[in-house]
Amino acid sequence: TPDPAITDLSQQPWTQYLGDGVDARPYGMPSPYESHVIRRDVPWLTADAVSSVNFTPLHELDGIITPNGLCFERHHGGVAELDPGSYRLMINGLVDTPKVFTLQDLMRFPRENRIYFLECAANSGMEWRGAQLNGCQFTHGMIHNVMYTGVPLRLILEEAGVKTDAAWVLAEGADAAAMTRSIPLDKALDDCLVAFKMNGEALRPEQGYPVRLVVPGWEGNMWVKWLRRIEVGDKPWYHREETSKYTDLLANGKAREFTWAMDAKSVITNPSPQAPILHGPGPTVLTGVAWSGRGSIPRVDVTIDGGITWHQARMSGPSHDKSMHRFYYEFDWDGGPLLLQSRAHDSTGYVQPTKDMLREVRGENSIYHNNGIQTWAVNEKGEAENVEIT
Amino acid sequence: YVAANQMAHPRDGQFAAISAANAQEVTPQVAPQADDAAQAEAPAETAAADEAPQAQTQIAAAEPAAPSRDGGYGLGREAMPEEIAAWDIDIRPDGAGLPDGSGDVWTGEEVFVEKCAACHGDFGEAVGRWPQLAMGMGTLQSQDPVKTVGSYWPYLSTVWDYVHRAMPFGEAQSLSPDEVYAITAYLLYLNEMVEDDFVLSKETFADVTMPNADGFFMDDRETAEYGAFSAEACMENCKDSVEIAMHATVLDVTPDEPSDAPPESEMSESNDMTGSEADPAETEADAAPADGEAETQAAAEPAQAEAPVETAAADAGAAEAAPTEAPAAEAPATEAVAPAEPDPELAAAGERIFNRCKACHQVGEGATNRTGPELNGILDRPFASVEDFNYSTALTEAAAEGRVWTHEELSGFLADPRGYLKGTKMSFAGLRSQEDIDAVIAYMQSAGAP
Repeated sequence: TPDPAITDLSQQPWTQYLGDGVDARPYGMPSPYESHVIRRDVPWLTADAVSSVNFTPLHELDGIITPNGLCFERHHGGVAELDPGSYRLMINGLVDTPKVFTLQDLMRFPRENRIYFLECAANSGMEWRGAQLNGCQFTHGMIHNVMYTGVPLRLILEEAGVKTDAAWVLAEGADAAAMTRSIPLDKALDDCLVAFKMNGEALRPEQGYPVRLVVPGWEGNMWVKWLRRIEVGDKPWYHREETSKYTDLLANGKAREFTWAMDAKSVITNPSPQAPILHGPGPTVLTGVAWSGRGSIPRVDVTIDGGITWHQARMSGPSHDKSMHRFYYEFDWDGGPLLLQSRAHDSTGYVQPTKDMLREVRGENSIYHNNGIQTWAVNEKGEAENVEIT
Repeated sequence: YVAANQMAHPRDGQFAAISAANAQEVTPQVAPQADDAAQAEAPAETAAADEAPQAQTQIAAAEPAAPSRDGGYGLGREAMPEEIAAWDIDIRPDGAGLPDGSGDVWTGEEVFVEKCAACHGDFGEAVGRWPQLAMGMGTLQSQDPVKTVGSYWPYLSTVWDYVHRAMPFGEAQSLSPDEVYAITAYLLYLNEMVEDDFVLSKETFADVTMPNADGFFMDDRETAEYGAFSAEACMENCKDSVEIAMHATVLDVTPDEPSDAPPESEMSESNDMTGSEADPAETEADAAPADGEAETQAAAEPAQAEAPVETAAADAGAAEAAPTEAPAAEAPATEAVAPAEPDPELAAAGERIFNRCKACHQVGEGATNRTGPELNGILDRPFASVEDFNYSTALTEAAAEGRVWTHEELSGFLADPRGYLKGTKMSFAGLRSQEDIDAVIAYMQSAGAP
């Protein structure tokens, strides 16, 4: 029978009647049919939403850019609502001239545009002891990938004149947590940006409006939002977020500190528990994302039989240093059960390890920096589940 | 400027190696000369992945950096000493940055009980999922490490800095230096590191050694992991067979899908990517929005508060614990005549003021008890009437007298909680102006209307 979606005009009112004119949505919003594509949280994770995290819906996205409204949020004292008119950035410490910059001042420095991923060190942290959350949004969604426009921190430090005994900087936020992190000076001078735009528009309040620090490839906690101050010093400060938190407790009771660079990692976003196969056997598109804090991702391997046989996936889209990469693997699904995994190789030769390889070195108490290979089990109905395999 | 190899580091050696490795990675080995950056980048974006992916990285990195200018750009102005003093509040392990002042253990207890105990407990044992601050010694190698100031934190300066910088939660930087010294001294006492006659000051600060000061080492992934994690990857016949060893659905701790489902669509079958069909566990779950949270509370029991990470502690065993029923959160049925509608403008002003209450209280649809009770229908609600909330004796005794949260009672309480109702657990200093009080009541009334 003919498809009424084609033959019946009454089912296609958009064809007959006029739609909204321009300006009906002065700031455009997604189609109402996409209203389920949202950041989500896991309420039991934290004591309070003010100091908490939510997750990017990776299973609903494609390409490599995360839309601004879907970038996961992590706050330690809620979203600070700064007035750009009274925004100030201070540089002090071991400098020739301590300085204050307004937003207008910052806009007069030369700018750069760079695409970088930001991954929270705790991404996949709930999975250290085994498969726990059902969906890549929850297991891998503390990440986003955005094009930043900003001023190299190097230029701003040069403006103040860094003294020769300087070796570290302290970045500080203006929020109610006054977030601080120590960053080695060579990183600050290398590729850090003082950014004010994301994907072309002003930073969103929840991403640090009007100004945040960009620390490419390194754990998200260091990318201080609502950046108000950079202090130059000769030693690290060892503040709360680099001692009590964001240190990796190993099985022997000792903890690694300053684990800055995010190891190479990947995840299959479709199919996945929130994105089952609904079309039955036949041509099937498997896709996912991969990234490395040490470089780019030239190669991702994919298995659909739990790691007996691997296939090199097809990379598609721009390949940038310390940016997210998109991969595809197209296959004909026979309708049988699948065990899906992806394995990222980065440009330094590092290969994403299995979860058991990580546990071998780090035990199960580490919490942070879990970049182990993720497994989804797909059943005959196309439903996917988070599992661990032998 | 300081070159990378000049960098001093408290635990050098390992760091230098990592630093050098990083430097190599960010520097292209062969940077192609490109007259036009845009042209150089274009082929990279379209090249198929299997065609020299290394080249793509190098091309991307070859884009010229924003140029430095000799002597700088002459932008910004010099910071004044008063401005630096106002913002530069950081403290370092060697005590650099500590202000004058002092505080003893007993004063610390008083301040702590008043300003900190609502979340951290009188003895730093933690309330709910807020961070535990005391004890936990000897647990770092166990299945359930308890990371506290005493058991984990390597530097005392971090305690002083953080308490001063960010506490009390929701009222940051309100403590005087003496209060911070006193709270820090009390935390040392709770962790059995000092006697009860201890006085902490800039002078005695260096005498304290943290028990886990030697418990940290510099990132050694480069030597401990990189070799094993860069071996040739097997592609065929990599193992004989595969078994599933663990299922996430057994735990059932994944939040339910949002209740605001996408609008009905002709193409619903292919559009329905929300996964409700995909998760067998969810078919048994009640779809009510609040239930997801209530059910998983049980799973979260062992998870230490705050950082999401710590939830890794919610291990399999604990997560299997039977879910608890959601506490009934409905407003008590009162026969009272509904109060007049609040002024929307006033309510909007009150919403901002309510930010100061949000650390402990929720109001509005789906509000549940947190550190404080949920506040739906609070106006003209009887005292201490939220089921399942553990009120202070002061509140339950007032309730026994039949007291009701009238506008007048709320006003008195919000102006000075501890003065108005001696013994309340609410650690809030109070709102200064009646205008603010009226606004916040109007907000609670509008947001928490039944």
